[in-house]
Amino acid sequence: MTIDDSPSIWAELEPLLAQVEKPARYIGGEGGMQSPEHALDKVAWLFTYPDTYEVGLPNQGLQILYEIVNESSIGVAERSYAPWLDLETLLRSEGLPLFSVDTHRPATDFDIIAFNLSAELTYTNLLNCVDLAGSPVRSADRGLDDLFVIVGGHCTYNPEPLADFVDAVVLGDGEEVITEITQVFHDWKNGGRLGGRAGVLEALAQVAGVYVPSLFEAVYDGQDLVETRPIHDGVPAQIEKRTIADLGEWPYPKTPLVPITDVVHDRLNVEVFRGCTRGCRFCQAGMITRPVRERPAEQVRSMISDGIARSGYDEVALTSLSTADFSGIGEVISDTMNDPTCSNVSISLPSLRVDAFGVDIAAELQKGRRSGLTFAPEAGTWRMRQVINKLIREEDLYGAVDSAFSQGWRRSKLYFLTGLPTETDEDTRGIFELARNCVKIGKSYTSGASVTVSVGGFVPKPFTPFQWFGQNTLVELRRKVGVLLEENRASRGVQFKWHDPEATLVEGLLSRGDRRIGPVIETVWRNGGTFQEWSEKLDLDRWLDACDAHGIDIEWYVYRHRTEDEVFPWDHLSAGLHKDFLWQEWQDALAEVGLEDCRWTPCYDCGACTGYGIEHVVASATPPAGGSQGTGQDLATGGAVPVTLMSRDRTPVG
Amino acid sequence: MILRLRYTKNGKIRFIGHRDVARIFERSLRVAGVPVAYSEGFSPRPKLSFGLALSVGYESDNEYLDVVASESVDLGHVLDRLGSALPTGIELREVGEVERSKTSLMEAVTSCDWEIDVTGQDPATVKGSVDRLLAADRVMITRERKGKPVHDDIRPDLLSLKVLMNTKTATSRIHAELGTESRSLRPAEFVSVLEPSVRTVRVRRLHQWISDGMTKIEPHEAVVSRAAHTECAT
Repeated sequence: MTIDDSPSIWAELEPLLAQVEKPARYIGGEGGMQSPEHALDKVAWLFTYPDTYEVGLPNQGLQILYEIVNESSIGVAERSYAPWLDLETLLRSEGLPLFSVDTHRPATDFDIIAFNLSAELTYTNLLNCVDLAGSPVRSADRGLDDLFVIVGGHCTYNPEPLADFVDAVVLGDGEEVITEITQVFHDWKNGGRLGGRAGVLEALAQVAGVYVPSLFEAVYDGQDLVETRPIHDGVPAQIEKRTIADLGEWPYPKTPLVPITDVVHDRLNVEVFRGCTRGCRFCQAGMITRPVRERPAEQVRSMISDGIARSGYDEVALTSLSTADFSGIGEVISDTMNDPTCSNVSISLPSLRVDAFGVDIAAELQKGRRSGLTFAPEAGTWRMRQVINKLIREEDLYGAVDSAFSQGWRRSKLYFLTGLPTETDEDTRGIFELARNCVKIGKSYTSGASVTVSVGGFVPKPFTPFQWFGQNTLVELRRKVGVLLEENRASRGVQFKWHDPEATLVEGLLSRGDRRIGPVIETVWRNGGTFQEWSEKLDLDRWLDACDAHGIDIEWYVYRHRTEDEVFPWDHLSAGLHKDFLWQEWQDALAEVGLEDCRWTPCYDCGACTGYGIEHVVASATPPAGGSQGTGQDLATGGAVPVTLMSRDRTPVG
Repeated sequence: MILRLRYTKNGKIRFIGHRDVARIFERSLRVAGVPVAYSEGFSPRPKLSFGLALSVGYESDNEYLDVVASESVDLGHVLDRLGSALPTGIELREVGEVERSKTSLMEAVTSCDWEIDVTGQDPATVKGSVDRLLAADRVMITRERKGKPVHDDIRPDLLSLKVLMNTKTATSRIHAELGTESRSLRPAEFVSVLEPSVRTVRVRRLHQWISDGMTKIEPHEAVVSRAAHTECAT
């Protein structure tokens, strides 16, 4: 026991850390870490990433909210991550709870445990963290002094499998709503906790973008879902996502966390825009984050130079769903490269669009130290790419790869999906056809050229045109991996990596499941199924057994093609997208008809802009040069197309 | 110009590894604006040379790092700027200039002083165990070398052992000077030759020594000029 009244459990934790692998996961101490002063009247958030520290620390969403809450006078925020199995065992045997890494305060001292859900396979870890935090895993069992469990992030567009476990779900951008939620809790805490838990949950349900599952019921007709409706007066029947109109008003994180031990993406990350209108039909992120909102180029530059000066990083990643589409990209890159305070800083662009990869950008990047190049053609044939609306011509890919190898890169990595709607073996084999040609291009420059092909099994996601598609069966995905392995044997210079089809099946169940999946998740967790994102920890039989135990037909949930009249478990939630727009897109996909990027073409009325009275915020009416730009046309020089620019004091570039 | 830095690694940060410390210094030197020389080649690396690695979980009052600066710097300036860029627990105590030497810091160090707190046996038993080691001609341990077990006599590396007892907490504090010349004798290896039930509670490196058999100095005494923070007696 500590003799002072410090709430830290560090003294109890310290001897345990000597017994675990990677104890640095649990000590905090990052640059930019905050040690906020808690007070009885303040609302204390414990932001938790339901995977290991090294995966969760870089999460930008949590870092943004952590800063915003700590800037406010009514809230404090600390962070936590899922402890690895070795520490979990020790915590349980010593009777210690989950704790914050900032001040090592026990989770029980907080009001809210809030999770970022970026991957469905972390759901069992969410339950484990709530349990380790000392609260009942089912929201119905929680008492007045137990934690409130709130979730946000992309997975929350179908939160129904977690409906039994979470108190509230937040849809969309968190920057504004986080303070509104904090205010609701602040008023409730300081007003005698009127109405108990139900009192604050009912107040939360009035906040736009907040969904309280316990105030809704799912109505079934046999197997079929009929509707999900509010069971409480005054609760809106439809929950709309939150969208911040102008990213320029939110230059967060201002003091990015700089870890003192190994993490993934260990570099300065600067978000250059949010949203994507490329319209790839498989991509949930691109659909649910519309419209496009660019950060002003001058703010990007200052976030880079401030971040580099503060952190000492030698790499900055310009993040977004398609960074090469950023209007100010050329300017930002050359300015950063020429900035003397950023000497020796390399720039990386994740999610490089194949068709937009300009020779100019490659040349600019090459001035600093080089990083690897990754392209995502996603499918092996033009036909298949029309179905998924990734309108990259083969020439675009070869041009990009040629540009990369000619300028000294020796490796490139290509991402693909398999199990896509209408996919034939010709499409599957086409993946290696592309890869072999890329190797050929590389070999003309260097004998050491290599191409890595990484293939994931496709999982249809809510609020995408493919939400009606029946996922490929486990047997079919395994067969396709076999086809790819066969091709791989005939492809020298190609490294082949593929995602485990068993994980794809489980992800499929959780992605489009309804409330009846909840008991399956709980059973898998109770049987020790945590860290399911880690392939060595995933045990499909544990999931299949749990489905059997609860009478869940996993094939009905995952493999079934849905019809137009299907009531989805997420129909009472809205990402702004019209369901008939998505259905039309699904029909166009089956007809192999592509759709151009609406940033540079007239509006298709998907609903995201019109419904919320906001617009795309782009600095230039001219699409960036260097490829077909999703039109399937050769726009090598970039062509001006009509677009309405949001009026703001910015000089267009282009 | 070669800078010799002396710093601590105490508290929570003792749980980070040697490579983590290296990364922290690389970044902090950049934040502090210290002009570090880089190696040539395709992937230039900053020219940093650390002393003996400290195991994860061990603390230290005196760690050393040599930094090759690409131009002449003001030592006091580096002490202030770098000192404030380093994280809690890594405290920069001194910045000195050393002359170019053929021997790296790691090769130069001949022994380390350790403060090792152990429990699991009463202090008198620990004392008896230490006395037996000191009286022995040879102390054999089994180590692994290139995947094969080898038997080493560590008696020559047991340079000095003193036991301070705390009968109240039933822990013993051992001050040990362990040799590093042939193959660095690690505190865990030393503890393993005490009574089997002895468990290590805490280990702290107090000093590192460079000895030529005649004189014994600490690495920071080898500097030609220095800037240092005044230290509180600890």
